[in-house]
Amino acid sequence: MGRARAILLWAGFAAAVILPVAIAAASPLLAWRQPVYIAAGFAGIVALTVILAQPLLAAGRLPGLPAPRGRRIHRWTGAALVVLVLAHVGGLWLTSPPDVVDALLFTSPTPFSAWGVVAMWAILFAAILAALRRRLHLRPRVWRRAHLSLTLVIVIGSIVHAILVEGTMGTLSKWALCLLVLAATARAFADLRAWTLLRRRHG
Amino acid sequence: MTRSLTTRRGILRGGATLAGAALATGAAGLLVPARAQGVAPTSSMRGGSNNYLPGAPVVERIGGGGFWMTGTVRRAGDGAPLKDIRIQIWAHTTEGHERDPHSHGATLTRADGTFRLEMPQIVPAFGQPHGHLAYDSRAFETVFLRPVMRSASDTSLSADFVLQPA
Repeated sequence: MGRARAILLWAGFAAAVILPVAIAAASPLLAWRQPVYIAAGFAGIVALTVILAQPLLAAGRLPGLPAPRGRRIHRWTGAALVVLVLAHVGGLWLTSPPDVVDALLFTSPTPFSAWGVVAMWAILFAAILAALRRRLHLRPRVWRRAHLSLTLVIVIGSIVHAILVEGTMGTLSKWALCLLVLAATARAFADLRAWTLLRRRHG
Repeated sequence: MTRSLTTRRGILRGGATLAGAALATGAAGLLVPARAQGVAPTSSMRGGSNNYLPGAPVVERIGGGGFWMTGTVRRAGDGAPLKDIRIQIWAHTTEGHERDPHSHGATLTRADGTFRLEMPQIVPAFGQPHGHLAYDSRAFETVFLRPVMRSASDTSLSADFVLQPA
């Protein structure tokens, strides 16, 4: 029973990661894009799948990867997320510099850009904070509050960004992936008793 | 005398007066009737000038065609159609990126102020299927437009200019 459940969960997770990427790889739009633009787009899609993995790893929800091991992988996948986001923005910048400058300065005509840029800053800030956590001697409660707040910004920003973009992702698989990200985040927040952070210290 | 101005109450009163004045001015601005006898000039759109290449040549058609960019050009104020106005057009299409010189072309308006230029099918790029148009021939103030297609499968797109004499 436990084993079957584990296999089922992993199969579901693999499908959630692979299907959206595979469907995007079949997009007709790719025929009219240069390699750098294509790579930038896929960096964004893969980044969204990493955002699905992050809360599952942090909460130890992936079978065979309980909290300590899951957390260790969570750090590496977090670093990968930073690289993917930089590749996403960098590749788009090479493709069309003025569009990316507009996005970064929040003067873009496209509503999804601002959501993506806010999520990007939250990812970078979360990574910097994670790297400096020991050196800054952050109290666990302060760390948790900061990290989980940034997580919320990352998840909401990335989902709205992805949904509003008319790109290579399939509509259905994009919505499904975004809903899964939302569900995984909610589940992890529940597992980690995130609501306790809203209470006063000794209240 | 001057001390009273620097009290907290004084500053608050001063601020309130300023705010009141600003409100009155703003409200008055809203009450001015839309210049009824005047057709208002078109303002440039955000991101309209992105990947603009000055001096795109006047062409019969951009690339292989199959998609129509249409529109009108009129003069601000009286709304008179403007003839022989050079409109530059570019987009991400099935034949090239926005930055590719071969994705750019220009056309001239007819006597009735309309223009239409055939170009390759516009495809979604940077999240939206959109085109770019520019007027920058000096006689009137420069305008950059960035219309978005309602659907990526549309085979035409239009944009209207109302130009302000420079």
